[in-house]
Amino acid sequence: MNKHFGENHVLRDIDLDIHTGEVVVLLGASGSGKSTLCRCVNRLETVDSGLISLAGVPLPDEGGELARLRARVGMVFQSFNLFGHLSVLDNITLAPTRVRGLSRHEAAERARQLLDRVGLADKADARPVQLSGGQQQRVAIARALAMDPQVLLFDEPTSALDPETVGEVLDVMAGLAADGMTMLVVTHEMGFARRVADRVVFLDEGRVRETATPDEFFDAPRTERAREFLSKVLSH
Amino acid sequence: MFTHVDAIAGQLGRGLLLTLAMTALAFTGAVAVGLVVAVLRICPVAPLRAFGAGYVTVFRNIPLLVLLVLFVFGLPDLGLLYPLFATVSTAMALYWAAFVCEVVRSGVRAVPRGQAEAARALGLGFGQCLRHVILPQAVRPMVQPLGSIFIGCALSTSLAAAVGVAELTGQAEFLTLRYDQPLTSFALTTVVYVALTLTSGLVAGRVERKVAVVR
Repeated sequence: MNKHFGENHVLRDIDLDIHTGEVVVLLGASGSGKSTLCRCVNRLETVDSGLISLAGVPLPDEGGELARLRARVGMVFQSFNLFGHLSVLDNITLAPTRVRGLSRHEAAERARQLLDRVGLADKADARPVQLSGGQQQRVAIARALAMDPQVLLFDEPTSALDPETVGEVLDVMAGLAADGMTMLVVTHEMGFARRVADRVVFLDEGRVRETATPDEFFDAPRTERAREFLSKVLSH
Repeated sequence: MFTHVDAIAGQLGRGLLLTLAMTALAFTGAVAVGLVVAVLRICPVAPLRAFGAGYVTVFRNIPLLVLLVLFVFGLPDLGLLYPLFATVSTAMALYWAAFVCEVVRSGVRAVPRGQAEAARALGLGFGQCLRHVILPQAVRPMVQPLGSIFIGCALSTSLAAAVGVAELTGQAEFLTLRYDQPLTSFALTTVVYVALTLTSGLVAGRVERKVAVVR
């Protein structure tokens, strides 16, 4: 897969397989293309050449068919993107009722279960603005889970959070990984990558430079670029 | 002149009723058409976007008086005969729709991009995303500009006098002919217009507070 922004060749010959139940963490300096890659997977960014398939079915470029497949790929954003005019519960039930055709009652029941799972059972009627960043991000995870996704994409889910709320979001994510969720995670949280990832993919200038288990990658990076990157992020 | 107070009040009252009816029709029509054109202008289908852009370019760049003359005298030439009042109201609705379209578009732009991305990522289609996520949050920044359009629309109905509608300004012209007191008759109509527009400003403020989305 290839992707340009104008003259800038941001993703070069990316070839990546994610297996069911696998947790893949994308690492790389800012500008290395890892967020763009993550956004390309559910076609929030168009790709110039290449193919993205979900369970063997290629994702089309646009239209209703894409929306249907996209409903099976959950996405969690850096800036949460909760719907500001809706309560927490309505944020979670909107897509299940409108896209999957669940009744309001079914959707609300499921939403309450998910809120319980992310530790926010008492916040169903709150507005997003009344929640802390960490709480908003946990609601966003519950909202993505409500569509029973086959894959969850995380685009720097903790980068906009206060340090003391990062842990609560990472704990929820680690719990999902332990339950066998297939996940692609862009993050700067090296501890999380090491603990939770099955595989680390290191991106540099839009290329996959290294693919390894976390232990291999963090203890014995094979490329000079990866060694440089790690010395910068782990030195403090 | 004081002996004619009843007659004058009656004439201005009839004019005001026509002005109000024309304003209501033109504004409601403008909001309906403007919303549709705005959706065309932001939809993913290129030819529809081009049509929307063309619509705005045409109707925003013709003076309203010219448009009224074209409709009132042009449509019968094409064999389309409608009552004068309906023709004038339609022309005004189409004209103001171009402005409503641009207000809707900037309201949609004011909603953070991430809202649409989150909706699309959840599998909502273009229409669902617009209806359930974007438009409800775009209403607030649209209220004040729509209030201004309402005022512009209400005042522009005075141009209908030039093509023969006996609304408020038309009645002021009749009174001028009859009593030869142009300043007095136009001063009276001005008071009525100002009362109308001040009220609409107050309503817009109320509505804006009601539809606020706290972030």
